Amino acid sequence: MKAKLFDYVERDNFVYRLSGITKLLAFIFLTFAVMFTYDLRSILCILVFSFFVLWLSEIRFSQIRLMCWYVLVFLIMNAILTYIFNPEYGVEIYGTRHELLRLNGRYTLTLEQLFYQGTKFVKYVSVIPLGMIFLFTTDPSEFAASLNSIGVSYKAAYAVALTLRYFPDMVRDYEDIALAQQSRGMDLSKKEKLTVRAKNMINICVPLIFSTMDRIELITNAMDLRSFGKHKKRTWYAKKPLKGCDYAVIGGSIAVFAAVMLVAIFINHGRYWNPFI
Amino acid sequence: MREPVIEFKDFSFQYFSQAEPTLHNIDLTIRQGEKVLIVGPSGSGKSTIGSCINGLIPFAYKGEIKGSLRICGEDTGNMSIFDRSRHVGTVLQDSDGQFVGLTAGEDIAFALENDCMEQQEMKETVKRIADMVDMGGSLSSSPFELSGGQKQRVAFAGVMVDDVDILLLDEPLANLDPATGKTAIDLVDRIHKELDKTVIIIEHRLEDVLYRHVDRVIVVADGRIAADMTPDQLMAADVLKENGIREPLYVTALKHAGIKVTEDMHAGYLDTLDTDSLSERLKSWNSSQKEQEEMPLDDEILSLKNVSFRYTEKKPIIKDVSFSIRAGEMVSIVGTNGAGKSTIAKLICGFVKEDSGDILFEGSSMKGLTIRERSDHIGYVMQNPNQMLCKPMIFDEVALGLRLRGVPEEEIQERVYKALRICGLYEFREWPVAALSFGQKKRVTIASILVLEPRILILDEPTAGQDYRHYTDIMEFLRSLNSLGITIIMITHDMHLMLEYTTHAIVISGGQKIGDSTAVDILTDRGIAAAANLKLTSLYELAIRCGIDDPQSFVRNFIDYERREERNESKAF
Repeated sequence: MKAKLFDYVERDNFVYRLSGITKLLAFIFLTFAVMFTYDLRSILCILVFSFFVLWLSEIRFSQIRLMCWYVLVFLIMNAILTYIFNPEYGVEIYGTRHELLRLNGRYTLTLEQLFYQGTKFVKYVSVIPLGMIFLFTTDPSEFAASLNSIGVSYKAAYAVALTLRYFPDMVRDYEDIALAQQSRGMDLSKKEKLTVRAKNMINICVPLIFSTMDRIELITNAMDLRSFGKHKKRTWYAKKPLKGCDYAVIGGSIAVFAAVMLVAIFINHGRYWNPFI
Repeated sequence: MREPVIEFKDFSFQYFSQAEPTLHNIDLTIRQGEKVLIVGPSGSGKSTIGSCINGLIPFAYKGEIKGSLRICGEDTGNMSIFDRSRHVGTVLQDSDGQFVGLTAGEDIAFALENDCMEQQEMKETVKRIADMVDMGGSLSSSPFELSGGQKQRVAFAGVMVDDVDILLLDEPLANLDPATGKTAIDLVDRIHKELDKTVIIIEHRLEDVLYRHVDRVIVVADGRIAADMTPDQLMAADVLKENGIREPLYVTALKHAGIKVTEDMHAGYLDTLDTDSLSERLKSWNSSQKEQEEMPLDDEILSLKNVSFRYTEKKPIIKDVSFSIRAGEMVSIVGTNGAGKSTIAKLICGFVKEDSGDILFEGSSMKGLTIRERSDHIGYVMQNPNQMLCKPMIFDEVALGLRLRGVPEEEIQERVYKALRICGLYEFREWPVAALSFGQKKRVTIASILVLEPRILILDEPTAGQDYRHYTDIMEFLRSLNSLGITIIMITHDMHLMLEYTTHAIVISGGQKIGDSTAVDILTDRGIAAAANLKLTSLYELAIRCGIDDPQSFVRNFIDYERREERNESKAF
């Protein structure tokens, strides 16, 4: 099994050349904008934009396939639960009622509810590519530098970078251990019952935890010996200085954020765009 | 005399977690610009001395300190670990685990970042230091793209950027193949000479370090300093053997020939050894040795036929490899890191599937057999026992494989006890795994495979990180298993292991088989040794320097002699 959630591949294109801090800020501004508004028109614009950038960044689908599946499962669950707990929320928001289907006393399907949930779905779908772009096109150590420069303590920021550094090692350890345990007769395939498989997983996790602890001790020593934590601040070798295009991108994303806000305030008079009136 | 940079005075140390002190009343002075080698068996306290110097004791490992330790004239009682790191740069044993950064450049810069150096200046410094260790061209490489030797160079550079006075190297050879180890020793020598640093090397592979000059060798045993002398004096003394440290093979050869090694023979290094006065006696010893008769060969138990394998389209890992192994053999598969030797083991165990070719067990193809089905015949023991142990109790750990196979509990007990007896662990059967030493854990993992009664046992680096005594223990144990009829395949780059314990060696380089012969033939073949990053054994070099006509037979005679000696010794007990 190849569980590679974050697989940084160096490429040379516009998105990669941007500084990590730019991408982080753009991600934050656009996310806030999308999270704030329920105006489908604004959201669709951002959706188109984020897929355009995803295409621009040359991230291959194979890199994000696993993540896409997780996201899709989450979205479907979310949609079902939203409907179960609050099937009349759309009617409440938009103030009209166009009934499409009556299931029973409590559950009816209204156009308003569909529109509301559809909008919500598109909101997530338009933000997620932005997150993926940020994660996949940012060199993890530059990411740490970015986090540090927006005020996160450098120790916490470095912990994130180290996790990314050692993640592939742990995956490799896991694979090796799993193979060795299988050769002792452990069955991890679907042929075995779920309870047995869960028990077998524990037999892999125990050695994995122990070898990871060894690793942590070693890396802590190595860092101590090279003065990690000596000063209140530290500089970063991998930090990219901000260039013209970085400022342009940050400015652009602030402008998008402002535009979405203005549309909400002056045109929609609220967070929702109501096509039913 | 130059300034002392390290002064231990009546220094004792006891870890809080241990009942006895690890170091007793150490008195040791190392002067500026010296190059010192500290040797000693595992548990002797040599690594503890290193941790006291670099400050991991008392900052990471707590314990009680008595006596004084001064570094560069300052009393360490008042120094923080950061103060110490300005004077002492430490290169740890595991060059992969200590790689902090995501690229070579970043890793070298780590100490500078922590010192808040400006980025521009930092980049220049990193480049300059990286060039010094020939890594200037690979600054943007990730640790996965670098070889073990390259990672170690990065680690060197990472401590040299701080312009430290003292370089402390903790087992620098442990994870390197022989040829890379040689280059590393060369590099240390160059840094020592050019930059006038004080260098302290902690290592138990004496012969490999003495490939280049060292000023003094300090032998540590049972927490005390057992000897502090020049290499020439050391070879003439008996202190190595008494303390379970392996002396260089060529020195052993001299002793076998009945030569009493003295200081004026300059036996500290093979290059300085005064061979003129010795060659006659070595020659006469050599000609008095009888050729061992060839053992009859058994049937083939495992064979690879034109096996190829690749992970991705572009990069073939194994290219058309064929070889066969006979029942009851003890075989080593050698080659550089990344040459594909571990992949061969994975192919045999069925962890990965060959793209073409075939693997036969007792003449029939194993195609289509699952990992588990293969494991009934072939056992695989990983390098690090911590990667295999998953039960808290020894009995349960060894029983795991049988329980998974649904063997009845009465039979399990019988078979587990039998395996534990073979492995010398029967007394520990009720013990928790955590109470065992590293070597004993290794035996538990071997027992947990043996209990499945495999015909073939594959071991990945069975002796990695072991000192001479434990190495001998494990290898003698494997030899005894072998004499019970189990075929043993070892993946290794330990040349001593190859030479002394395996009759048959298969050499893999760049995914291809480049040698398949006796270990003696392989280790005396210049071409193969170079291609597979091996070294020629010092026995061979000794034979050449003494003008022995057939140096290969000299090596063979040495090995045969050793085996006879051992057999006689074990009979005497």
